[in-house]
Amino acid sequence: MRNILIVGATSAIAEATARRFAALGARFYLVGRNAEKLAAIVGDLEIRGGQAVHSESIDLDWLEQHPALLARAVQALGGIDLALIAHGSLPDQAACQKSVKMTLAAIQTNALSVISLATELANLFEARGRGTLVVIGSVAGDRGRQSNYVYGAAKGMVGLFLQGLRNRLNDKGVHVITVKPGFVDTPMTAAFEKKGLLWAQPDQIARGIVAAVERRRDVVYLPGFWRWIMIVIRHLPESIFKRLKL
Amino acid sequence: MTDRAPDGSWGRYPPARHRRWALNHRSDRLPGGSNRVLPFGNGRSYGDVCLNDGGTLLLTRGLDRWIAFDPATGVLRAEAGVLLSEILAFSVPQGWFLPVTPGTQFVTLGGAVANDVHGKNHHVAGSFGEQTRAFELYRSDGSRIVCGPEENGDWFRATIGGLGLTGLIAWVEIRLRRIANPWMVAENRRFANLDDFFALNDDYETRYPYIVSWIDCAAAGKGLGRGIYMAGMHAPPGAPTAPPPARRSLTVPFALPISLVNRWSVRAFNRLYYHLPRPARALTPYQPFFYPLDNLLEWNRLYGQRGFLQYQCVIPPEAARDALREILNRIASSGQGSMLAVLKRFGARTSGGLLSFPRPGVTLALDFPHLGQKTLDLLSRLDEVTRQAGGAVYPAKDARMSGEHFRCYFPQWSTFAKFIDPNFSSSFWRRVTAD
Ligand SMILES: Cc1cc2nc3c(=O)[nH]c(=O)nc-3n(C[C@H](O)[C@H](O)[C@H](O)COP(=O)(O)OP(=O)(O)OC[C@H]3O[C@@H](n4cnc5c(N)ncnc54)[C@H](O)[C@@H]3O)c2cc1C
Ligand SMILES: NC(=O)c1ccc[n+]([C@@H]2O[C@H](COP(=O)([O-])OP(=O)(O)OC[C@H]3O[C@@H](n4cnc5c(N)ncnc54)[C@H](OP(=O)(O)O)[C@@H]3O)[C@@H](O)[C@H]2O)c1
Repeated sequence: MRNILIVGATSAIAEATARRFAALGARFYLVGRNAEKLAAIVGDLEIRGGQAVHSESIDLDWLEQHPALLARAVQALGGIDLALIAHGSLPDQAACQKSVKMTLAAIQTNALSVISLATELANLFEARGRGTLVVIGSVAGDRGRQSNYVYGAAKGMVGLFLQGLRNRLNDKGVHVITVKPGFVDTPMTAAFEKKGLLWAQPDQIARGIVAAVERRRDVVYLPGFWRWIMIVIRHLPESIFKRLKL
Repeated sequence: MTDRAPDGSWGRYPPARHRRWALNHRSDRLPGGSNRVLPFGNGRSYGDVCLNDGGTLLLTRGLDRWIAFDPATGVLRAEAGVLLSEILAFSVPQGWFLPVTPGTQFVTLGGAVANDVHGKNHHVAGSFGEQTRAFELYRSDGSRIVCGPEENGDWFRATIGGLGLTGLIAWVEIRLRRIANPWMVAENRRFANLDDFFALNDDYETRYPYIVSWIDCAAAGKGLGRGIYMAGMHAPPGAPTAPPPARRSLTVPFALPISLVNRWSVRAFNRLYYHLPRPARALTPYQPFFYPLDNLLEWNRLYGQRGFLQYQCVIPPEAARDALREILNRIASSGQGSMLAVLKRFGARTSGGLLSFPRPGVTLALDFPHLGQKTLDLLSRLDEVTRQAGGAVYPAKDARMSGEHFRCYFPQWSTFAKFIDPNFSSSFWRRVTAD
């Protein structure tokens, strides 16, 4: 895993993951939309052992730019071994309910841009006969809940899409990993009161991502206990679930 | 799994309520409006210099990136939320060590500058500020001031030991020092009283860069001021090449309902500790030498729900012997012993900061379970001695000194006040400037 593309590289989870790969001497192409933050991360990863750290600042909602973006990454790294798609935004559910525009914008960022990138990367990897695609979904994508179903629907779409991709590429040497974190203490959840056992730190998720790559896992819940929680949530009959205040 | 709010202080006293503003990048903006803010490092200050009751804390641990490191010279620039433990994990394998370190490695660079912390090598290296080459000060009006001993020197001197009040320190640059390996040569000597302590200092200070002493403050009468003298130096090349074994750490899981630290346990512990056989000279890994307490994580919980109070003073050289004897007498006769009493002679160096605590003289650090008014009264009686001797009390460890005492210990406080960021404040500052 020498050449790594990270999309959404300024995400707290992505940065923690990059630090772990840097310690192993990886080379990076980092994509985010904030040049100042990217520059700080580039400098840090170089000192942590990252070999050649390139970066580029772009708004990922701009889907038409994706093919050119990936071409630049391939050019800079001389081929991509592993791609991590990590960007995302947690929309205000109440505001989305009143605004179709906001709802679609959240779907654009969390689902369509991810699907666009995953499609292009899958084709690149398939042509090369190898590559690992890691995408951060969410436990929120496992079942629609009144408190965040716009975000959840986008993450759910990504989850289904990746299932199909994994199935398609199974005998093409391409490995697809869906990462489903629970609650993580990052800027995305800055507004939450972060107390209690359900909250994880970004580095715990990073450790799980690196392990999933090494062990060639397909779908990972992080931390692992979320798998059991989500089995229960997924299996509650809809007639009961619809009455819950979740 | 912590019941210590991430925004409490180490002594668990005084209690405070805050809004929190987490910083993740040094380019992040600071909260606007009239809301009073205070940077918060890792909460290893004992009292209220890191608290801002009713206001907002700027959580800085998210500022944890390296900015530059020159492996030829050891010059390191990093964001201010980096912990000293993180620096050591990075630098020791490459043969570099911190120029100055306090007795715990779990403090941030920003906190180390803002309290101008000192270590066992004060007599040769001075305090943290003396080893700081530069930092960036980020003010609430959005301006950024790069400060060093020469560049913006007035801001530099106000911010070193400036208790977080002059603005947010965004990054810090220090120069690490070369070591041959992670080992220390350590020497232990028992001393029977304060006179012996001073005699040992005269001998050892010229030969050892790291010195600290523990004293038995439950002992009275003839044994008054007895203790153990500990000196060390980085091991020369040729010491064991294998890295020191990894230490396992234990965590005290929650604050105990009552304090395990009481008159009887203190007396028993102190006596045992004094008489415990220990090698006169030994090779030891650097962690137990510098950070004997860091292996018991969250040990402050042993003091129970009510928390505890530290008292650290410095007494000028001429007055040191008599004043220390008087302080130890007052403690012994109060019956409120201190579990950990630490004694060290500071070097004859002036610290760079307007509010820096280290100054020539002898410093004594004590901790007391908080038993309410009687503990506060005892500390006030100690303040009488410190003040009369022309000494000072360390703000990083304080939760109770009076404003009058503070202003007398830190006569430059009014010069300093001109550098305070109009949007910054702290519980400590309001307390010591209220009356
Ligand atoms: C076991 C133990 C042993 C200790 N031994 C020593 C010792 O030997 N010598 C010594 O000097 N001290 C010692 N201390 C005290 C400790 O070193 C200091 O209190 C240190 O400043 C704590 O750093 P922190 O990162 O936890 O900062 P905090 O305690 O969170 O904050 C300390 C101060 O720094 C300010 N601050 C923090 N970050 C920033 C920033 N980025 N910009 C501006 N201001 C900032 C805060 O506003 C506050 O005023 C010890 C403490 C413990 C718990
Ligand atoms: N935190 C959680 O509890 C949690 C739980 C489950 C899943 N997740 C998922 O984990 C991933 C990482 O999130 P995080 O928790 O690490 O939060 P984060 O630090 O806030 O990261 C989100 C990142 O996405 C970037 N981004 C958003 N929209 C973008 C766009 N249009 N173009 C380019 N970049 C864009 C943001 O860029 P800026 O830095 O420029 O704003 C930010 O870096 C996300 O996919 C999130 O949905 C998080």
